[in-house]
Amino acid sequence: MAFTTREIESPDPVTRVVAAEAKLRHADDDIGEKMVLNMGPSHPATHGVLRLVLELDGEIITKATPDVGFLHRGDEKIAENMQYNQFVPYTDRLDYLAPLSNNVAYALAVEKLMGWEIPPRGKAIRTICCETSRISSHLLGLGAMALDLGAMTVFLYTFAEREKLYDLFELLTGARFTTSYTRVGGQIRDLPETFIPRLKKFLDEFPSTLNECGKLLTRNRIFVDRTTDIGVIAKDRAIAYALSGPNLRGCGIDHDLRRKHPYLDYENYDFDVVVGSAGDCYDRYLVRIEEIRQSARILRQAIDKLPSGPINVTDWKNMMPPKSRVMTKMEELIHHFIVVTEGLDAPPGEVYFAAENPKGELGFYINSKGGGVPHRLKIRAPSFVNLSILPELLPGCMVSDIVAVLGSLDFVMGECDR
Amino acid sequence: MNVFFITTSLLKIIGMIFVVILPMVSYAVYAERRVSALIQDRLGPNRVGPAGLFQPIADAAKFLFKEDFTPAQVNKFYYWLAPCLAMVPAITTIAVVPFGSTLLGVPMVIADINVGILYVFAISSLGVYGIVLAGWASNSKYPFLGGVRSSSQMISYELSLGLAVIPVFLLVGNLRLTNVVRYQIENGWMIAPFIGDWANLGKWLLAIPMITSFFVFTIAVFAETNRLPFDLPEAEQELAGGYHTEYSSMKFALFFLGEYAAMITGSAIIVTLFLGGWHLPLPSLHGGFHWLVVDGTAPGWRGVVGGLFNIATFFVKVAALLFMFMWVRWTLPRFRYDQLMRLGWLFFFEIALVNIFIVAGILAYFQF
Repeated sequence: MAFTTREIESPDPVTRVVAAEAKLRHADDDIGEKMVLNMGPSHPATHGVLRLVLELDGEIITKATPDVGFLHRGDEKIAENMQYNQFVPYTDRLDYLAPLSNNVAYALAVEKLMGWEIPPRGKAIRTICCETSRISSHLLGLGAMALDLGAMTVFLYTFAEREKLYDLFELLTGARFTTSYTRVGGQIRDLPETFIPRLKKFLDEFPSTLNECGKLLTRNRIFVDRTTDIGVIAKDRAIAYALSGPNLRGCGIDHDLRRKHPYLDYENYDFDVVVGSAGDCYDRYLVRIEEIRQSARILRQAIDKLPSGPINVTDWKNMMPPKSRVMTKMEELIHHFIVVTEGLDAPPGEVYFAAENPKGELGFYINSKGGGVPHRLKIRAPSFVNLSILPELLPGCMVSDIVAVLGSLDFVMGECDR
Repeated sequence: MNVFFITTSLLKIIGMIFVVILPMVSYAVYAERRVSALIQDRLGPNRVGPAGLFQPIADAAKFLFKEDFTPAQVNKFYYWLAPCLAMVPAITTIAVVPFGSTLLGVPMVIADINVGILYVFAISSLGVYGIVLAGWASNSKYPFLGGVRSSSQMISYELSLGLAVIPVFLLVGNLRLTNVVRYQIENGWMIAPFIGDWANLGKWLLAIPMITSFFVFTIAVFAETNRLPFDLPEAEQELAGGYHTEYSSMKFALFFLGEYAAMITGSAIIVTLFLGGWHLPLPSLHGGFHWLVVDGTAPGWRGVVGGLFNIATFFVKVAALLFMFMWVRWTLPRFRYDQLMRLGWLFFFEIALVNIFIVAGILAYFQF
């Protein structure tokens, strides 16, 4: 059977548009047409299901079109059909590398709507949650960046450390990955007795691994060459694209929500906001590695001054009352029934709350018409916003630089596509 | 041409390929996995057989039973040729490398030709065609990019590879690899020419360019064999496997084994040129301290033991270099294509070139 060569027509609109544009722009180019390369959604360097349609001139990128949405679950719509507390497990799956801090950010947003403030011990526990998950997320971020650049060993070293953190999460929440730890007005349980000693042990041990990773990368000439002056984001462009988190601070902009709009008593902790200077991949890497150290610093302070007392709000009309009271008191029995069947009674109104998550500013906008179910819930996902700069960042880079840029932007598609 | 020569040559070829190279290749893969596990605080393959030692056999069986898939619209001829071209040069090169002294009067080298090193360069540079053809014939964009990268990489590194060995031949005055080993036995290894002639300042000076030469050559071999930090054509993370993306089953295995065979051959050549080949001086205390050269020329069982000892020495040296290859791979990140070319053309090329003149100058001045 004879085969003839035929062009396989791609049915996909993004590829078609890019190819057509490339043809149009280079119609009178004598040297030759450019190659359109489809990178992703299943590609080892795109950290999940990001798809990039690249237009290449040799190995140099002339145009990059990100195509997101392969992991879209409709989380925001789902939220409209369930009570506030039922949405907590969905927040685990946003930035699935730091589920605890998503839980905390969501709980804080709803609490802002309710006008609640949780007791000091609850706040300290939440701070511990946020900072441990920041360490976990940043460790993965720099490990994955190193992996993409070819240094696989660093990735496994950071994974070994994350394993210890996952053990801690398991101890705290009962789950390693999808923690679902917070509820509106508090958390499901207090710290277990062994948690603080084990966290201390982790904090004592892990800097040596971090230093080891730093030794393998920070002054490694190959790594430095691969990341300096690659993917440079200017300050004004970073602000124009509304970047946040380490990607924004890497450009030299001193903006950290923990400092600018303190929540969870962050104003009482002593830590440095890490700021880069050049805004290239290397700066973003350095910012992350230093933020891990700052998080460890915050954690030590949180352990030292961990207050005692209640961890949850005691508004039994809107919180699940403790079983001892439900069984003995009439009123709490009724509240229990109402809270379980109808959810908490949120006031009508709208709130926006943003927390400084490992990936950047994770914001929840809640529009309530009263009752236990949000009328509209919008998630401001930092990964989605950070990725929007790709079409401006990638042209001019080489194909090998894509992995450095993507690794340094440190995004998570679960959050981006939500 | 007599029967004895033909028989022993055939025996050497078959022994070398089926008893040494192929098992060594598959166990190099096993070693790579164990070494990477050691470096990364893991265990590595340890389920199949004692300490996972049967893993290569299981892997080979798996590769053989996988579906051999040929994508639509590939250039069939080149698509099939490419894996062969990746494997053959790597194995063929070993023919001129002396892997031992003599055993029962038979020299332990398959073909002792007088243009040894030229033959090595001529054959080993054919290896790149396998990669370029694979990239081109696959009719796919990622392999294509891998093939293009590979050819540019070869051009950048072949030159410094060739220039780095010239100092060796300035000293030896002969391209025959057995003579290179013989010279090193008599005058000290190439990376330590002062051995046995400790008081000679010239020899100490000579050590500096020779060690430089050794490093340039070793790094160029890394590039030649597509090992990290120079594995750009493969670049798992960015090109998703590069030139062999579209290959499956045994054809993929051939690329894979070809890489390891090239690594073994490269190490064997480094050992022969710079690390004294099969020579290992043993200290002897009979009649004062001196270095004893063990080889297979002694009569009777001493000769047999000596010959086997030389072969073992050679392969232990090769294994040590292989370990270094693996160690580097699991430690360093990958270069970028243009950075690698800059390194090759602006750095190693110059070093190798200047090195030749330094060695020539030392030779002319000290007259040894």
